[in-house]
Amino acid sequence: MKAAPFDYIRVNTLDEACKALSESGEDARIIAGGQTLVPLMAMRLARPSLLIDINDVEELSGISIEGEHLVIKAGTRQVKALSSEIVRKKIPLLAEALSHVGHTQTRNLGTVGGSLVNADPSAEIPLIAQTLEATILVQSVRGKRSIAASEFFEAAMVTCLAPDECLVEVCFPIWPEKRNGYGFHEVSIRDSDYALAAAAAQLTLDGSDNCKKLSLSICGASPTAIRLKPVEESLLGKPPLNQVIVEACEIIDDLIDPQADVHADANYRGRVAKVMARRAISDARDRAKGFLK
Amino acid sequence: MSEYKITLELNGHEVSGNAEARITLVDFLRDNLDQTGTHIGCEHGVCGACSVIFDGRPIRSCLIYAVMANGHKITTVEGLEKTNGALSPLQDAFWENHAMQCGYCTPGMLIATHALLQENPDPSDEEIREAIGGNLCRCTGYQQIIEAVQSAAKKMREIP
Amino acid sequence: MASASTNSGFRYITKKRRVTEDRRFVTGRGNFAADYKLPGMLHVAMVTSPYACAEIKSIDPDAALEIPGVRYVLTGAELFENINPLLSGLDLPNVKRIPLAHERARYAGEWVAAVVAETRHIAEDAAELVQVDYNPIDFVIDPEEAMKPGAPMVHPQHGSNILCDKTWNWGDVDKDFSEASNTIAFRVKWSRNSTIPIETFVVTAKWDEGKEVLDVWASIQMPKYPEQIARALSLPVNAINVHFDVDVGGSYGLKRGIRQTVIVSYLTRKLRAPVRFNEDRLENLSGGEMHGPDRIFDMEAAYEDDGVISSIRIKATDDAGCYPGRAPLQLGKPVSAIVGPYRIKSASYNAISVTTNKTSQEAVRGFGQAPTNFAIETMVDKVAFELGLGRDEIRRRNLIRSDEFPYRIPSGSEYDSGDYHNVLSKLQKTADWDGLIAKRNKLRNSGKLAGVGLSTCLEPSGGNSSFEPFLNPKNDTTTWMESCLIKVDMLGSITAMMGTSTSGQGHETLLSTVIGEVLERDPDSVRAVHSESLGALPSNSPVGSRMAIMLGGAAAGAADKIKKQLLEIAAHNFQLPVERLVYIDGDISVDGDPEKLMTWNTLVDIAHRNYHKMPLGSEPGLQAQHTWEVPTGGALPAEDGTVQMYPCYAFEAHIPLVTIDPETGQVEILDYYMGHDCGTVLNPDIVRGMTLGGIAHGIGAALYEKFEYDEGGQHLSGSFMDYLLPSSHEIPHIEMIKHYTPSPLTTFGQKGSGESGYLGTPAAIAGAVNDALSPLGKSIETIPMRVRDIESLINSQ
Repeated sequence: MKAAPFDYIRVNTLDEACKALSESGEDARIIAGGQTLVPLMAMRLARPSLLIDINDVEELSGISIEGEHLVIKAGTRQVKALSSEIVRKKIPLLAEALSHVGHTQTRNLGTVGGSLVNADPSAEIPLIAQTLEATILVQSVRGKRSIAASEFFEAAMVTCLAPDECLVEVCFPIWPEKRNGYGFHEVSIRDSDYALAAAAAQLTLDGSDNCKKLSLSICGASPTAIRLKPVEESLLGKPPLNQVIVEACEIIDDLIDPQADVHADANYRGRVAKVMARRAISDARDRAKGFLK
Repeated sequence: MSEYKITLELNGHEVSGNAEARITLVDFLRDNLDQTGTHIGCEHGVCGACSVIFDGRPIRSCLIYAVMANGHKITTVEGLEKTNGALSPLQDAFWENHAMQCGYCTPGMLIATHALLQENPDPSDEEIREAIGGNLCRCTGYQQIIEAVQSAAKKMREIP
Repeated sequence: MASASTNSGFRYITKKRRVTEDRRFVTGRGNFAADYKLPGMLHVAMVTSPYACAEIKSIDPDAALEIPGVRYVLTGAELFENINPLLSGLDLPNVKRIPLAHERARYAGEWVAAVVAETRHIAEDAAELVQVDYNPIDFVIDPEEAMKPGAPMVHPQHGSNILCDKTWNWGDVDKDFSEASNTIAFRVKWSRNSTIPIETFVVTAKWDEGKEVLDVWASIQMPKYPEQIARALSLPVNAINVHFDVDVGGSYGLKRGIRQTVIVSYLTRKLRAPVRFNEDRLENLSGGEMHGPDRIFDMEAAYEDDGVISSIRIKATDDAGCYPGRAPLQLGKPVSAIVGPYRIKSASYNAISVTTNKTSQEAVRGFGQAPTNFAIETMVDKVAFELGLGRDEIRRRNLIRSDEFPYRIPSGSEYDSGDYHNVLSKLQKTADWDGLIAKRNKLRNSGKLAGVGLSTCLEPSGGNSSFEPFLNPKNDTTTWMESCLIKVDMLGSITAMMGTSTSGQGHETLLSTVIGEVLERDPDSVRAVHSESLGALPSNSPVGSRMAIMLGGAAAGAADKIKKQLLEIAAHNFQLPVERLVYIDGDISVDGDPEKLMTWNTLVDIAHRNYHKMPLGSEPGLQAQHTWEVPTGGALPAEDGTVQMYPCYAFEAHIPLVTIDPETGQVEILDYYMGHDCGTVLNPDIVRGMTLGGIAHGIGAALYEKFEYDEGGQHLSGSFMDYLLPSSHEIPHIEMIKHYTPSPLTTFGQKGSGESGYLGTPAAIAGAVNDALSPLGKSIETIPMRVRDIESLINSQ
């Protein structure tokens, strides 16, 4: 399990990274944490001709609040995001999801941007990006562009990123409402395995405890993480009681396209995706009500 | 393919060698620097046998190319002993509690739990399980490892 | 001799002692096979077959050989011409096994060619360029399909996919069944899994041109390893030197890399350079020796209304994969405990070994006993369920009583000793059985699925080869020995030698503790070493839970001889008969006159330097060796199909409490209690550790681990992303209790424990899961019981 030969450069600025990408053709890859790229290369399932190491690019690391948004630079280590007070306070759903990403040692090198670009259909960070309508900023020598998460993920392990583009940051809207709650549920075989299915929900209650705003996504049950807008719409304005949630989630069967692999058949993934969605909404409701920490 | 000069601060000493870009850190440690305490179990980031401390945090040395580690601080199992060659309290507790059998995962377990105790001097069993959750052991069922870490933590808290 | 209740009466054994080997492991100074580096060493990478079955029409190495640093490409055809086929456990003259596929590749992932290069990286680069022209042909993956007429043949020259199909009847099974008030029949499956170690198999060979000796460093655990290398290469055994001081990074039965060894041994002689093959995890999981038993049990039991089981019929259909190796023999060992710990008076056993286009099955911890125990325990649970009897009560009614030992079971093995009822009672008390049932019921009342499991199982130990002549009449091996050589040097320190490598069992600690005990010397002053094979006495390696018994017995025997020599020297110098002398801490004094004393150092000095003070004609120096045959061994199976297999029988009982998430199928183990009786315990930490680890293996087998194949014959579990080993999150805290019923057959009363835990855990977890499912009227009969299997069972109509 040794990688095929490749060349390597280390860059110090984003511009250098973009320049290197534009000059080196389609077989060049950015490497930051490398926690999914390196094993793929070890199995020779990926064989880039050049790795552009962005670990020294300071402008690609950091977490900040910009207006109504939480901005995480692409090269920020997952461990930094997980332990960030700002993340925990402003987007607790992301903090919760991050604790399910890999395990301590992979989070210490793995980056937030790396997980987005990898676009694993079971991965937690893309799931949260979908749920919260994050925007993803990318840059190339041709310029910058901002991409909605719903546009970014195209298929399993495929994004709309052009070969010469480098991911710069991901921007999560902070919900301004008062009575917010989030819910995250995941089913995996072992604790640190990829999710067989996971769901993330964020919900706002109005003064009558009806559902004023809801965002719900699932992963593991389609080629990408997907938003479940029909479920959201059917719950808006209603009291999110358990039975109401169960009924709203029935339509999930029609919204997903689960795939079989060695760990689970498509039917299983579909059924548990629905269960995870239900549980995520219930937890979001209970947190909005202050029943759940 | 060309070779790159790689310099590390390994266990407090500056060391260097030349390697192709595709040489992982664990291969570099073992083959170029003859530091064979760090083991290879899967080479795809699952088993944790190759754990080392990288700039203060435990990582898998099979998931990073040596050239990427150029200029960074690495601690391996060979760096856990005290400067006078005595065992660290954690190493001693692993021995006292027989927290191993074949010894193959042991360096990775020591690295993972050494890093834990640096951050958390009084971990719960659950926190220890979390810290070694990415380190597979096939001999012990983990119980004597957890006991050893608790025993080391206690001793380390008693000796400031 | 130890007492049953206290495990006491000893000075060093039974006591907590630090394990000698651990010091080098905690400092990162173990000597694993991959740590040895030889100048000019070449590296091997394998070209693997992408097909479940294919003719190999041609192999073109030219493009690979053009890469700088590539030295050779070895094919099965070349090996076939130059080596002897590897040994098979059964008498199958038409099934020839060559380390690389020859003419036909028989499973996806089989090694077809070996590329040799200056680095492993280059070897992998070149392996991609070896052009193999295949002609894919029909294959068979399912063992029952493979037995049908017209199925594709894995080895056409053998004429069938059935490697072995034998039936034994012990006692009047038909009569017992016809007279029984009740019978039950069911099927359970033990899926292909194994105890995969964290270290892959690694071997380095170097042909020493000057000495004309083949040096081998390998992570090996296999009986008669040097002999097997010698046979394959047509070399005398005294031209093979296996360095047994290599630390083996886990094995649990599996590290049997004879193919790998023959390949690098052939290459080092051909290329005149040291050659290493360090399996990577992909080569290891799909092409190596990592696959274990893969078994379907068709079970029948005859029983009375009071729960007493009178007879059983077991049909075991085992998928050996594509080469027989030792796989079929794993159907033989369970005969040693074919009725488990129960007073079942007759049994029939139909053992069928089938070849399919899967990776070959190898020896795994328990050598076939864990699957058989799983089937027997499932049977006991089912009978209890049918009768509405408690699972503890039915066991009490069937377990062999402590006053019945030695107890001869229908298949001929005599169980040495046991106190099964007592262990079960102690365990139930520790687990607070009634409280645990109440806890389960409370969980159920809160809407959860919850279940308690119970298993009571045996671990046959001591090793033995009886299953070989039993399944292969042409093999008349009855000798299964172990040896130890002790020397006391001129300055009085003790060195003990064994002729085998260790994969975590702590054999150095075993030797030093036992020798310290017998000679009354501090075990920490005894050095135990793994001899090179050229300097080693006969050994059968640490298989079959045998080393505490056999190496412990060999060491005690050799130490006794040293003690006797010391007494004779003292007797000669005191001019007194030996009976008048007292041996204390290595010093010898005259009984009743402690002032008349010869110290250890004086006696040793005499042995080495003062021949004039030695008894006339005695051997100078102070050394002794002891090789002994396994107790109760030495006989061929009887004409009536009965056979004494292993000598010692350890007992274990398990009680887990689990919950199941009915919507996801996820199982959580809330509590786990285990009771263990392996006689006198030589080192409590070692025995406890092996048992806890065995339980973890059992949890993996019960819930997570399976080598999966798809309909196209592709192996889907080729990485640690797909073959799931349990982590610290999946293995719960385990509460263990000990009981000590000594074996009358061994030096200190010890029994084996190297396979403990694994032999009873899968049955207990499966029982707990099925107890949890029982309110739904459902049960699951296949392990592993994976989340998807459990969830779909619950949520299907």
